[in-house]
Amino acid sequence: MADNVKPKVRVPKTASAGEVITLKTLISHPMESGQRKDGDGNLIPRSIINRFTCDFNEQNVIDVTMEPAISTNPYFEFEAIVPETGAFTFTWYDDDGSVYTEVQEITVG
Amino acid sequence: MTTTKLLKTAGLVAVLAYASSASAQDDSQLVINGEIEMITEVATQDYIGGLKTAYSGWRFRNSDMQAMQLDDFENPAAIAVDEGLASWSKVDGSEGKSCASCHEDLEASMAGVRAVYPKWNEEAGAVMTLASQINNCRTEQMGAEAWKYDGTEMTGMEAVISLQSRGMPVNVAVDGPAHDAWLKGEEIYYTRYGQLELSCANCHEDNADNYIRADHLSQGQINGFPAFRLKTGGLVQVQNRFKGCIRDTRAETFKPGSEEFVALELYVASRGNGLSVEAPSVRP
Repeated sequence: MADNVKPKVRVPKTASAGEVITLKTLISHPMESGQRKDGDGNLIPRSIINRFTCDFNEQNVIDVTMEPAISTNPYFEFEAIVPETGAFTFTWYDDDGSVYTEVQEITVG
Repeated sequence: MTTTKLLKTAGLVAVLAYASSASAQDDSQLVINGEIEMITEVATQDYIGGLKTAYSGWRFRNSDMQAMQLDDFENPAAIAVDEGLASWSKVDGSEGKSCASCHEDLEASMAGVRAVYPKWNEEAGAVMTLASQINNCRTEQMGAEAWKYDGTEMTGMEAVISLQSRGMPVNVAVDGPAHDAWLKGEEIYYTRYGQLELSCANCHEDNADNYIRADHLSQGQINGFPAFRLKTGGLVQVQNRFKGCIRDTRAETFKPGSEEFVALELYVASRGNGLSVEAPSVRP
């Protein structure tokens, strides 16, 4: 497993029904492309996060496939409409099988 | 007629573009996360000769770069801060201690620390910077190896300690036992170095707010260090920045951690006494 993987998300705490809100996510990850060689000329094996999803109350908001050309510490910013009070679940899937999850609740009032 | 209109529009765009390029004299307010209000402009103390008003480097940046510092989520230094936070509680060395073993709570023990460093240390009989103090702790208390003075671990640790003083005014002591070092720092500040024969003051005092080719010169205040530099894509320690500046005058530089740089850091910090600690800031 890659070291020091730490997801961060920014979700507003409250919103009005049907409002379009901006979500920001960042995960620290080296995103080793699998193209680089070490000092001895051996390929450094690929180790990236290959998929990122965001769900709101079991309903999918965004589902992203990532490829090796993506930068370290991938940052995603996107918008979502919130119809009701609930929770956003953010999930990152690592090449090595690790899954990182972060949940943030939002109150619609 | 269409051409005239077009030209007029082009002219207007040019004026707008000019107006939005930041200048230290504009009145941008630095409020981080919508709650921590920063002082980016302050009258200097009498002992600073050629400088009437101190402006934070933030005031010289364009609005896009300024915005990166307004919200911690946008601040790319956050990842380095996380790494610093991890090493705060990481046990290292023969004594089986981490920083947290002695200092316990980071927020409580380190609040205000960054604002008063570099500072005279009675035991060492010398002015110590935050970095030399950290290394002192590592070798004396933890029995661990000293970190490279301007290396990644050190810079991350400095950043996480500095963060606890964010928003507090810089207040380094220039009198008392530290006065000799301060005088030495002042002398270095005004000494011309290198083939280009430039002193710190030539750019950062005489020409602050002017352009050096495409770069907007600031006053060289260090209240935002360690700073995330977009140029290097990482946190930069203040003495590493000094080294870069002196190298650019085509001089042999002092070493980070040397007596000369410690004196210079004390002097430059005192030029910004009263500005808020901004570390980790975002700079070009």
